[in-house]
Amino acid sequence: MNAPARPDKLIRGATGDWEIVIGLEIHAQVTSQAKLFSGAATAFGGEPNSHVSLVDAAMPGMLPVINAECVRQAVLTGLGLNAQIHLRSVFDRKNYFYPDLPQGYQISQYKSPVVGEGEVIVDLPDGESITVGIERLHLEQDAGKSVHDQHPTLSYVDLNRSGVALMEIVSKPDLRSSEQAKAFVTKLRSILRYLGTCDGDMEKGSLRADVNVSVRRPGEPLGTRCEIKNVNSIRFIGQAIEHEARRQVDIIEDGGTIVQETRLFDPNKGETRAMRSKEEAHDYRYFPDPDLLPLELTPDYVEDLRGQLPELPDDKKARFVRELGLSVYDADVLVAERANAAFFEAVLVKQDGSPRDAKAAANWVINELTGRLNKEGRDIAASPVSAAQLGTLLDLIGEGTISGKIAKDLFEILWSEGGDPRELVEARGLKQVTDVGAIEKVIAEIVAANPDKAAQAKEKPAMIGWFVGQVMKASGGKANPQAVNDLLKRKLGIAD
Amino acid sequence: MSVDDKTVRRIAHLARIAVAEDEVAHLRGELNAMLAFVEQLSEVDVSGVEPMTSVTPMRMKSRDDVITDGEIPDDIVRNAPAREDHFFVVPKVVE
Repeated sequence: MNAPARPDKLIRGATGDWEIVIGLEIHAQVTSQAKLFSGAATAFGGEPNSHVSLVDAAMPGMLPVINAECVRQAVLTGLGLNAQIHLRSVFDRKNYFYPDLPQGYQISQYKSPVVGEGEVIVDLPDGESITVGIERLHLEQDAGKSVHDQHPTLSYVDLNRSGVALMEIVSKPDLRSSEQAKAFVTKLRSILRYLGTCDGDMEKGSLRADVNVSVRRPGEPLGTRCEIKNVNSIRFIGQAIEHEARRQVDIIEDGGTIVQETRLFDPNKGETRAMRSKEEAHDYRYFPDPDLLPLELTPDYVEDLRGQLPELPDDKKARFVRELGLSVYDADVLVAERANAAFFEAVLVKQDGSPRDAKAAANWVINELTGRLNKEGRDIAASPVSAAQLGTLLDLIGEGTISGKIAKDLFEILWSEGGDPRELVEARGLKQVTDVGAIEKVIAEIVAANPDKAAQAKEKPAMIGWFVGQVMKASGGKANPQAVNDLLKRKLGIAD
Repeated sequence: MSVDDKTVRRIAHLARIAVAEDEVAHLRGELNAMLAFVEQLSEVDVSGVEPMTSVTPMRMKSRDDVITDGEIPDDIVRNAPAREDHFFVVPKVVE
C-alpha cells in the first residue's frame, strides 16, 4: 500500500504530479440454484415476484435457513484467492430503509466475515505483474429491483433478486491506475469462472463493483476517498476512475477539499456525480442477526474443499509454458477464459490419448478459431468447429496430407458446413500433392513458359520464390511446398 | 449512557417513525429509563466470557441447494396496498 509511487502511473496536475489510490468492492453473485436463506430460485429474469418465497418478501414470522452450497462456494472462492478461511463467522443485520429491501435490513457479515486476507496476482498488458491484497470476502443477500421508468410518480418493485447470495470481495487499496483496476477485475472474474462460483456475467449484474478512489501527492498519506457505486462493466470502471481522479485533482488544486461521499457513474456522460441522499450519512446500526447462529466450519471441511480446487489460471499458465513450451503471451491468452483453455486442452489430445503439437494447437485456437469467433461475436461454447474437428485438421497438416494453406480452406468448410475433416479432404480433393512426377510436370511447364525468369534465377536464387508461387497456384495450393522447393532447385540448377 | 433530544429525533428518523416535537421530551425520558435499567448489566464482570449467541448449544442448521419455494406471485403481493402485474407499487424513489 505504501510502495514508492511509480512515475509512469502518476497523473499530471497544474501544480505537479498526483498518485491515484484505488480499492474495489466487488459484488459477485454466487452460483447456486436456490437463494442464500430461502428455497426460491435464483434464475435471472422471470415474471415479477415469481422467484420469491415468503422469507424473501420478509413476511412476519419467516426465518432464514442458510444454503450450504452458498457457504461452500464462498469458501472455495476464498481458497482460490489464497485467503485465510475463518472457521467461525457471524451474520449481521445491516439496517436501512428502501422499497426493494422488504426486511428493512440486509443480512450480511460485518465484524466476522467467512474469508479473511488473501491475494491475487495480476498480469498487466505491459508484461508487468502486481500482487493485489484481498482484505476480506463475506456473504450477503442481494436486494430486489426497483423500476423507475414505468410511471411518472410511482416505482415498481420486483423481489426476484431479493435474497440471492452475493460474495462481497474487498481489495486492499493497492491499485494505482485505471489500467491496474481493470486488469484486477478481469483476473478476479477469470478466477471466479474457473472456480465456478460466479458466472461473471456483468451484463446481467452477476458482477458489479464499487470503486473507491482518492488522490495524493506521491509519498504522502492517503487522501479522502469517494466511493463510486455499482459500476457494471470493466470499461466503465476504467472511465469512472479516470474521471473521478481528475475531478479530485482539480478540486484540490483549486484550493478545495474532497468530501467523502458516494457517487454514481453516468456511462452516457462519462462522469461521476454525487448521489442525492448524501446529506443523510448512512447509519447501518449493524448487530448480529438473532435468527442465525454463527457459521462454524471444520478444518476437515476446508481441507476437503482445498482438494477440490480446479487448476486456476496462474497454475495453468505456468504449466502451459513449462510443459508445453508455449510462449507466455500465448499461455496468457489461452488461460484467460476457462472455456478457451478447456477447448485448447481438448484439441491437444488425440483420440488414442497421445498428445498433439502444442504450439500448432495454440496457434490454431488463438489465431484462426478465436479470431473467427470474435469476428462473429460468438462464444467458444458456440463454436461451429469442435475441438475434435480442429484436432483432426492439425493431424492432417502434421501428416503432410494437407498444406497449411489448404488447412485454412478446410477450416472454412468445417466452420460453415461442418463434417468429418478426413472425409472432406478425400471427397473434395484437398490432398496435398506429394507425387514427384505430377509436381515435376507442372514445374516443367512453368519453366518452359518463362525461360527468361529461369535464366535469372540461376544468377539470383531468391527468384525461386516466384516459381514456388506459380507452381502452388497451378496446383491449386495442393502441392507440397517443400517438395516444390526441392524440385525447383534441381530443375533451375540452384545449389542448396 | 443516556440520550438527548437530538438523538431521539435521529433514532426516530432512522426507524422511520414519525415523532411529533411535543413527544420528544417524553420519549427521551422513557428511553433513558430503559437504558438505565439495562445499564445494571454492566455491573457484572464478563471479562473472559464468550458472548452467548444462543440459549441452546447447537450448530446452525443448513439447507441443501434445492428449489423448494417461490412461484407464488399472487400470494407475495396479496397484502400490498398497491400492485400492478405482480409488481409492488410504491411512491417514486430514485436515489
